Amino acid sequence: MTSTEVAVTISVDGNDVAVPEGSTILDACTAAGVETPTICYGPNLTPVNACRVCVVELEGSRTLVPSCSRPVEEGMVVSTDSDRVNHSRKMVLEFLGSGVDLSEADELNEWSAKYGAQPDRYENPERMNEEIKIQDDLYVRDYDKCVLCYKCVSACGDDAQHTYAISMSGRGFGARIATEFDVTLPDSACVYCGNCVAVCPTNALQFKTEFDLRQVANWRPEDQTVTTTVCSYCGVGCNLELHTQDERIVKVTSPDDHSVTWGNLCIKGRFGWQYVHGDTDG
Amino acid sequence: MADLHFTDAIANDGERNAIDLALGENSALTIEGERIVRGGASRRRGLRHLLLPALHALQKESGWISPGGLNYLSEVLQVPPAESYGVASFYEMFRVDTEPGHDDDVVHVCIDPACRIDGADDLIASLEAEGKHVHRSPCLGQCERPPAVFIQGRKRPDVVPADDDAFVLPQAGDDSLRLLQRIGVVDPTSLDSYREHGGYEALTKALELGADGVLAAISDSGLSGRGGAAFPTGIKWTAVRDADGDQKHIVANCDESEPGTFKDRMVMEHDPFALIEAMTIAAVTTGATNGWIYIRGEYPQATGRLENAIMASRDAGLLGEDVAGSGKEFHLEVRRGAGAYICGEETALFNSLEGFRGEPRNKPPFPTTNGLFDQPTVINNPETLLNVLPIVLDGAAAYRSIGTERSPGTRLFCVSGRVGAPGLYEHAFGATLGEIIEAAGGASGEVQAVLLGGAAGSFVTSDSMDLPLTLEATREAGTTLGSGVVMVFNTDDDMADICQRIAEFFKNESCGQCVPCRVGAIRQHEMIVAIGHKPMPDEKRVLHEDMVQVMADASICGLGHTAASAIKSALALGLIGANQ
Ligand SMILES: Cc1cc2nc3c(=O)[nH]c(=O)nc-3n(C[C@H](O)[C@H](O)[C@H](O)COP(=O)(O)O)c2cc1C
Ligand code: SF4
Ligand code: SF4
Ligand code: SF4
Ligand code: FES
Ligand code: FES
Repeated sequence: MTSTEVAVTISVDGNDVAVPEGSTILDACTAAGVETPTICYGPNLTPVNACRVCVVELEGSRTLVPSCSRPVEEGMVVSTDSDRVNHSRKMVLEFLGSGVDLSEADELNEWSAKYGAQPDRYENPERMNEEIKIQDDLYVRDYDKCVLCYKCVSACGDDAQHTYAISMSGRGFGARIATEFDVTLPDSACVYCGNCVAVCPTNALQFKTEFDLRQVANWRPEDQTVTTTVCSYCGVGCNLELHTQDERIVKVTSPDDHSVTWGNLCIKGRFGWQYVHGDTDG
Repeated sequence: MADLHFTDAIANDGERNAIDLALGENSALTIEGERIVRGGASRRRGLRHLLLPALHALQKESGWISPGGLNYLSEVLQVPPAESYGVASFYEMFRVDTEPGHDDDVVHVCIDPACRIDGADDLIASLEAEGKHVHRSPCLGQCERPPAVFIQGRKRPDVVPADDDAFVLPQAGDDSLRLLQRIGVVDPTSLDSYREHGGYEALTKALELGADGVLAAISDSGLSGRGGAAFPTGIKWTAVRDADGDQKHIVANCDESEPGTFKDRMVMEHDPFALIEAMTIAAVTTGATNGWIYIRGEYPQATGRLENAIMASRDAGLLGEDVAGSGKEFHLEVRRGAGAYICGEETALFNSLEGFRGEPRNKPPFPTTNGLFDQPTVINNPETLLNVLPIVLDGAAAYRSIGTERSPGTRLFCVSGRVGAPGLYEHAFGATLGEIIEAAGGASGEVQAVLLGGAAGSFVTSDSMDLPLTLEATREAGTTLGSGVVMVFNTDDDMADICQRIAEFFKNESCGQCVPCRVGAIRQHEMIVAIGHKPMPDEKRVLHEDMVQVMADASICGLGHTAASAIKSALALGLIGANQ
């Protein structure tokens, strides 16, 4: 906090914590050392507060409030560990588990275990039931794994890319991320920046390299090394993190907190390395 | 925004003309009388609020939202086509998939409770046998005349066949009516007739009183919102008057889609000038210069009468640059919804009107400071607005002379189902449930249950006939007046079927934005279908209670908060799931 920023003090689980004005309750929880599950929140994205897993109890509020988007106000009294909070978090995770393939959503699964979600309590629940979409060599879309967190939409739109190739479509449980009339990515406005892939919390969007390695049971994050470098395609100076497995680049990311990229790249930085290997099929 | 990318699909001439025409007609905000297609891209982007009118035009022309048509309107309005598609696919009245042979008229038939117990199934079967394209619709707001039908015309106007029938107000001629006094008496198409029946006297009085006087009267009257949440109207109007902002808005929430509700339609059809006068009073009082009537797409007669009334009022100098010589400006427009219950939620309505998906916004901030176009906005239900006229004319004390201390005045009740004379009734707050049913011709058969407040309300049984219908008494009894729905079921009615339909309604109408409601509503439906007429095992009761709690605690909006309440009451009362 710099000296020009006004501090706001709120109580989190009985402890006072001071954060800069404009912070969210989530920021205050983090400052107080309280861990909060999040799904639709991203440090580089405008909050959409849709998943509701981050809810907390706020004194004076009839309903629970989403910590990721609610700005702090002086004197707020927040509980993060009440029965109501734990119940809602458990149910959100349980609801997701009952209809979505979370097999590659490691962080979600940790929270589901922590909060005691029991997705098998439901009899014949309708599921997403989506076929995987493989329309190019760069990334795949497996909406059977999609929790509809809007992160890819925000990354493609106002928060980073300004391409607006994808949107939420439909309504209710039938809502899906889609291009217009579900045309293929190559037919859509997509410019293959991969920013949507970078923010997806469930691996519904994944790079084709990762997908192919997973198909042959050879995706081994524990054996991967990450090298940081600066992209050489143009003069902007984007930081790249090259993830290497068996001496081949398998994925390129950029740090969320990097002041140039905020985690975002363009097609050259994200996928240009494929030419390093002299092939395009990963 | 980068240049937009389009697929190769091209609109045909008919589609282009239809869209141009729709945008031209709706160009009150598109300035300079210039054809919008000629504007610069950045200026066109401000036209996104014309997306819904453009989609309506395309649907009517082609019978579906064609890829070429979508490309054309997206380009004209500078909206990315993926987003236009996201919007189109949100609404029941827009078809984004083509089924061959189904680009003709669409006959919407209501399958909600009042119609389902009174012939909906048979009607659908016979229409389908005739080869008609039938759409099974949620409540069409005509519950007093089941089974309800609305025909979405292809290349011809939409119609409601029952609008041709003679209209009779059951309480016609009753001198004690406040809100309904002109209904069935005044000629709804004539400003002169409205004036002969006291029309526009309240506006004159409001201009004499000034903003402070009007705000004091409304606050003192104790008027609260009739759209469901019962928020004090005086507080809302005062907050907007006091809010900073170059531009403020008055929105009439005429989306009326709560199953069992038809009061707003009747008021709009039979006393449209009254709504306009009340909105004008709200405008001159709060300093708003723009007014919007957002009306559900299935109300063609009300839409036509409101548009006519706006024109007549404008021609008479009662709307426009100089309202009734006061020097105040107020422009009013009608916008049609396209079939989405959630668009009655106030912030979803703003998004819908602005050309975005009808997804509710998180609150705070509230509409009084960040409403339509992120500007200070009064949004009210038509019945709430109607109350403003007698309050301004006769003062708060006279207004409070009937009703109770905490629920002053009268309330409109939409009585339907198993009663002798279904219809719209006005009663002082405090009349009991039994009295209201008696006034509507009494129950036919033995009452099994009454749905109070709509699908978002709850069931009560014949044990509640002495319940006074006030805000305080219903709240204490754990139920709600909601939008004034009193839907009666007798012992011949299959409550398992009714409850399955209510659960299906919420499953279909959830916007899908937040997990508790998107998934909770479908799981509830699956559970109620599985129970059918069987007893509900204990572990399922626990599971339902778990679902009720997360939906009420963690959903974004009122839809999720109340989506389980009718089912919960039916289980508690043993209407379904009982252990025999
Ligand atoms: C799912 C949902 C649907 C709603 N539908 C309507 C409606 O059709 N008409 C209405 O006036 N209010 C409706 N409301 C309530 C509005 O959000 C808002 O409270 C109301 O328009 C405010 O006007 P009032 O204060 O005059 O009641 C709805 C709320 C929810 C949660
Ligand atoms: S790769 Fe980039 S342009 Fe394509 S959908 Fe993802 S975010 Fe949008
Ligand atoms: S694809 Fe991934 S980022 Fe996009 S909504 Fe689904 S889960 Fe979220
Ligand atoms: S509660 Fe339901 S309708 Fe409301 S925002 Fe959430 S999903 Fe949408
Ligand atoms: S992380 Fe806050 S609502 Fe999703
Ligand atoms: S019109 Fe059928 S229930 Fe309302």
